[in-house]
Amino acid sequence: MSVLLIAEHNNKDVKPFTLNAITAASQIDQDLHVLLIGSKSDDVAKSLSEVPLVKKVLHIDHEIYENYIAENYTAAILKHADKYSHIICSANTFGKNLMPRVAALLDISQVSDIIKVISPDTFLRPIYAGNAFATVKSNDEKKCVTIRPTSFEAAETTGGSAEIEKIDAADQTENTKFINREEIKSDRPELGTARIVISGGRGLQSGENFKLITDVADKLNAAIGASRAAVDAGYITNEHQVGQTGKVVVPDLYIAVGISGAIQHLAGMKESKVIVAINKDGEAPIFSVADYGLEADLFEALPQFLEELNKLNTIQK
Amino acid sequence: MKILVAVKRVIDYNVQIRVKEDGSGVVTDNVKMSTNPPDDNAIEEAVKIKEAGKATEIIAVTVGEEKAQETVRKALAVGADRGIHVKVDGTIEPLAVSKILKKIVEKENPDLVFMGKQAIDDDCNQTGQMLAAHLNWPQATFASKIEVNDKSLQVTREVDEGLETIEVNTPAIVTCDLRLNEPRYASLPNIMKAKKKPIEQINASDLGVDTNPRIEHIKIEEPPKRKAGIKVASVEELVQKLKNEAKVI
Repeated sequence: MSVLLIAEHNNKDVKPFTLNAITAASQIDQDLHVLLIGSKSDDVAKSLSEVPLVKKVLHIDHEIYENYIAENYTAAILKHADKYSHIICSANTFGKNLMPRVAALLDISQVSDIIKVISPDTFLRPIYAGNAFATVKSNDEKKCVTIRPTSFEAAETTGGSAEIEKIDAADQTENTKFINREEIKSDRPELGTARIVISGGRGLQSGENFKLITDVADKLNAAIGASRAAVDAGYITNEHQVGQTGKVVVPDLYIAVGISGAIQHLAGMKESKVIVAINKDGEAPIFSVADYGLEADLFEALPQFLEELNKLNTIQK
Repeated sequence: MKILVAVKRVIDYNVQIRVKEDGSGVVTDNVKMSTNPPDDNAIEEAVKIKEAGKATEIIAVTVGEEKAQETVRKALAVGADRGIHVKVDGTIEPLAVSKILKKIVEKENPDLVFMGKQAIDDDCNQTGQMLAAHLNWPQATFASKIEVNDKSLQVTREVDEGLETIEVNTPAIVTCDLRLNEPRYASLPNIMKAKKKPIEQINASDLGVDTNPRIEHIKIEEPPKRKAGIKVASVEELVQKLKNEAKVI
């Protein structure tokens, strides 16, 4: 049997995490079909058909899918579930919202947030905020799996030519209505996919002081993250939060500034390739995961850091 | 309006998790347990809605072993009116919990069911959505703001892109984000009063729900340790290391 991956998109482009989920899904079974549920979404169907790992695109296009509503997506997915051994999507807010609804109606115990495919029925997943790794085997006949996107490479996006099959819409729910979405537009790289992330914590002491972070981020072309403490204190908006209940990031370089390193924050960043911690408290737990720790007052260190970066001839982008 | 709030007993969020040497799980003996943090937000929100005169009764429910009752007792101390403890021993997966909660919903007929968006032990993030599916109710997940109207809720959801607002008709399921509110502490008099509030005990086996796990835990292990890092003495040294040793800038 084949595997079915549910695509996340905005009716124009495929969302990047879907490409990571495609890689994971193809490790479960190479006969990978992608289900695209959208409205005026032909461009997305075309992009998905060009992903070499994708063998077929099932495309439902109807105005009821202009906005993503889990109830409507679920009805559409259930119409096709019986032909597949696995139903898969990314474990971000899209997939976390959607997959359990699908799994429950198929009477499947979902495997959430896997970081490794060991075999088609056995997976590795973090539990307790990444403080333990569980090897789990699903004994359900059919499986519902969500993928931690940052644990898999993004799939190639060109060179493929999968067939696109148009299929019909399913019923629409009367009980949920989309009102609006406030998307924060930014020229910076996205937090989830950036090569460099610089994050600020409560040590910043105010929203204005986040400018020290922003300046360095501009110089390094980095995404900006934050601890939950900084978000809760109102220094920065929630979509910057890195941690167990925020975003999980795995950049090449993670710079934690004025962040003590609560377990919940470490859960979101400790798989980063290189970690830098700047904190005036030498005992802060963040130093236990840092490759390079600098015990210093961030208000002195950050401007100096920027100055030193300016002295470099080249900075990798 | 009646609100059912589901709470779970988990290892306290401040406890450093230790993995058992035999790979069978994590150490729970003599470890501090408490209510799953976003479940506290769920209770708090229900209490606030009741205080605003928009709800008449709050029922706290938990599914778990004998001691799970503590979390219901805590919910009673901050404002829930009565409790239900569905007793079940051993591992229970979100799918089974959602089926049990469905039975409780059918018995109690609440207008709203609140719970945390995710439990911090298994990090599954499933139960609320599964319950909504079983009941064919709308779901508003990861809520950071809830506005209660006559026959509907307007819910602001924390999503990857920022904030999303949806309207769901009641009855509905809401899963709560930590940012929804600031949970209150129970006062001593209220803790004493809570001891007198009723908690109904039900055996999961009497509800006719199959609670056998479908997922086998083959091994629980410690995550790979990061190799010890170094402290640098100055910003200059840091930048040189990043440039020449780590080669990341």
